[in-house]
Amino acid sequence: MHDTRGRWMEFAIEALIRVLGISTIGIVLLIFAFLLREGLPVFFQVPLTNFLDVRWYPTFGMFGALPLLLGSAFVTFTAIAIALPLGVATAVFVREVAPNWAREILKPLIEVLAGIPSVVLGFFGMTFIAPRVREILGAPTGLTAFTGALVLAYMSLPTIISVAEDALDAVPKSYRDAGLAIGATQWQTIWRVVVPAARSGIVTAVMLGMGRAIGETMAVMMVTGNAARMPLTLDSFFRPVRTMTATIAAEMGEVAKGSVHYRALFAIGILLFVVTFFINLTAARAIFTKRRRGGLR
Amino acid sequence: MSRQQVQRIGFALLALAAITVVLPILLVIGNIVVRGLAAINWEFLTAMPKNGMKAGGIFPALVGTLLLTLGTAVVCIPMGVGGAIYLSEYARDTWLTRAIRLAIVNLAGIPSIVYGLFGLGLFVLFLQFGTSILAGSLTLAIMTLPVIISTSEEALRAVPMEFRTVSFSLGGTRWQGIRNIVLPQALPGIITGIILGLLRAAGETAPILFTVAAFYLPRLPRSPFDQTMALPYHLYVISTQVPGMPEHIQYGTALVLLAVVLSMNLVATLIRSYFRRRRQW
Amino acid sequence: MRGDTKSGKRNTELGIRNTESEERKTENVMMSGEMVLNPKIRIENVSYAYNGVLALKDITLDVPACAITVFLGPAGGGKTTLLRLINRLNDLVENTQMRGRILLDGQDIYAPEVDVPSLRRRVGMVFALPLPLPGTIRENVLYGPKLAGIKERTRLEEILVRSLQQAALWDEVKDRLDDPANRLSGGQQQRLCIARSLALEPEVLLLDEPTSGLDPISTAKVEESLYQLKRSYTIVLVPHSVQQAARVADYAAFFLMGELVEHQPGKALFTAPRDKRTEDYVTGRFG
Repeated sequence: MHDTRGRWMEFAIEALIRVLGISTIGIVLLIFAFLLREGLPVFFQVPLTNFLDVRWYPTFGMFGALPLLLGSAFVTFTAIAIALPLGVATAVFVREVAPNWAREILKPLIEVLAGIPSVVLGFFGMTFIAPRVREILGAPTGLTAFTGALVLAYMSLPTIISVAEDALDAVPKSYRDAGLAIGATQWQTIWRVVVPAARSGIVTAVMLGMGRAIGETMAVMMVTGNAARMPLTLDSFFRPVRTMTATIAAEMGEVAKGSVHYRALFAIGILLFVVTFFINLTAARAIFTKRRRGGLR
Repeated sequence: MSRQQVQRIGFALLALAAITVVLPILLVIGNIVVRGLAAINWEFLTAMPKNGMKAGGIFPALVGTLLLTLGTAVVCIPMGVGGAIYLSEYARDTWLTRAIRLAIVNLAGIPSIVYGLFGLGLFVLFLQFGTSILAGSLTLAIMTLPVIISTSEEALRAVPMEFRTVSFSLGGTRWQGIRNIVLPQALPGIITGIILGLLRAAGETAPILFTVAAFYLPRLPRSPFDQTMALPYHLYVISTQVPGMPEHIQYGTALVLLAVVLSMNLVATLIRSYFRRRRQW
Repeated sequence: MRGDTKSGKRNTELGIRNTESEERKTENVMMSGEMVLNPKIRIENVSYAYNGVLALKDITLDVPACAITVFLGPAGGGKTTLLRLINRLNDLVENTQMRGRILLDGQDIYAPEVDVPSLRRRVGMVFALPLPLPGTIRENVLYGPKLAGIKERTRLEEILVRSLQQAALWDEVKDRLDDPANRLSGGQQQRLCIARSLALEPEVLLLDEPTSGLDPISTAKVEESLYQLKRSYTIVLVPHSVQQAARVADYAAFFLMGELVEHQPGKALFTAPRDKRTEDYVTGRFG
């Protein structure tokens, strides 16, 4: 009935599919391995205290990564502080309140935002937002941490909104009915029943948004002004700042392969990899517990 | 204030938040379209850049982006769809499957610049592909992989289990059921996912910075081992690296890039809604 | 190859002591009385568990050829599970254990050398709900034969006509064979599914409540085609009502909570049940 050649083909295809599935693990390991291979030697070339310094002047052999680390953290947290309320409110609006026609407009637009290349948003930030920030502040430059955070907030919004929406969607309808049945208004039900029930999903949303923000490169590089200074004072919002990603992007093109500077940039890459790995691990835990399913398959 | 008033004000605030989210999107697109349209003409799209990019067109960047996207597609479509088939149709709930899922989640979260570093380390230097279309495409493909795997897997899982059972009951092997029933039914969803993944690859700059992108190369690439200009990098270069750049060329380039990406987005949306209406289950 | 090779761990310890099952075997034979000579399907001491929970307890039963055997009983009694064991569809379910043997023409269908797809071609299955595959009427009927490697047009055309005629559907669809299958009515769809199974010229046809979703007229049509089919096929039917069971049964087996309570030829099970529980069920006291 079934010829042996067909059987063999099928066996080959299934083996290939299996290899492809498993290769994803290999890729992650490969990425980490190559980052280590290129970056790790720097720790034998430069004393650790040098990295923990506050000055990043690679041409003078100063690799203080603290301003970059803090710069990334500063911009990311500011961005999330803007995006979290906006994103959750929008998700609640889209999922719980908005009439159908509004949903039909909002959802595709948010998807469009997710698709706009980072470099285009960076360009818009430079040419449109930065001059206005400068005018309003009367600052010497509009390329500030705040400008960067604003752009980043919008870049992480699609992630936050869609994941938060899924979380709200997963709250059983009976919860809402129960809330309304005891005489609560829809508004009260949303904030006292639905949103708390979706809490873990919203945390996932924020984590993923944060991962997106911390790893963002081009837009940040184009709008933050790229001065490697410690963002420790309150006015740091409106001063230039420099992130880890922007540092790699801006400097890797000009360094000699295999130089200390080159390896230092890879070391920053390792740090980024590890940080995003843990952010995603935390986010993934929520995804995995939700995903469990059995039965036929 | 009555509870109804509170609710009304609350809902208004939510609507305001939604407007705050979407209005800037329209502003970005509107701004770039209005100011970029002036630069767009046949020559701009089909001519080489001249005079240190301050004149002429963006043809090599456009072609470069096209080639990179194609190269990405060739690598990541079979890998991504294959991986998705494995996860949806073959993988049981074991530690290995969980490790794969974890790997995919993490791949999706790795910053694009780190992909760039990886591409530089593995493809450009270790495998000695040099800064080339090959190295850039491979880097972009690996970055795109998790997107394609997760969207394809979702599309495959949406196909009712019963179809598989029926295929088995008629003497089909697992692969025959996949090839004849599951894949064709999931295809629109898979294609949508592929387009969304490729769109991201086409617009990315960071992964190609050190793996392929040429600052200024007013000719077309001749082989996969050539460097090439690319639209996103070109936009970055002309808006930050070249002083005295005419504004209309910057906006024109931004508009072309935006148009490429948004039209892919539109195609994906249309495919999805068309087949959602047509499907038989 | 998930399912196809790894699942259905056989003869693993289910917690039933061997001696007990031996005793049960004789008991069963005595209770059901008739063992058939040269049965088409012989089910021998089959026990089956999902996630460690027994769904079938030591079933021994013969299914004679060219007759309609009915598995009846209240829901959860194990009828569908047993049905799905006969063409190994339960291979697809994870975390299951099976012991005992199922013989088709004297051959153990769970033996390692058995080619499962070929087995499923010999033992067709029709499900409770009409499940047309996406595609046309023609594509549905010819799905199995094409997978089996039949390519000649004339041969396929022949199969198409024969199967649809056997399922009493031909007259209704002969002018629209290339219409989408899901445009047919529920009753037509179910007969299409029967035709789809018949296209493989199976030896056994398993039907799991094939008329549960159908109106009385469609049900009558399906039953009518079953009468025609039993001349050349061995049919095992899980009926959707006791009335239907009584109408079509040549042999009847009553299942309760994973046990085979009794098994009798003809209508005896309905007219002269030996077991009190069978009597209560067929007379409508429970179920």
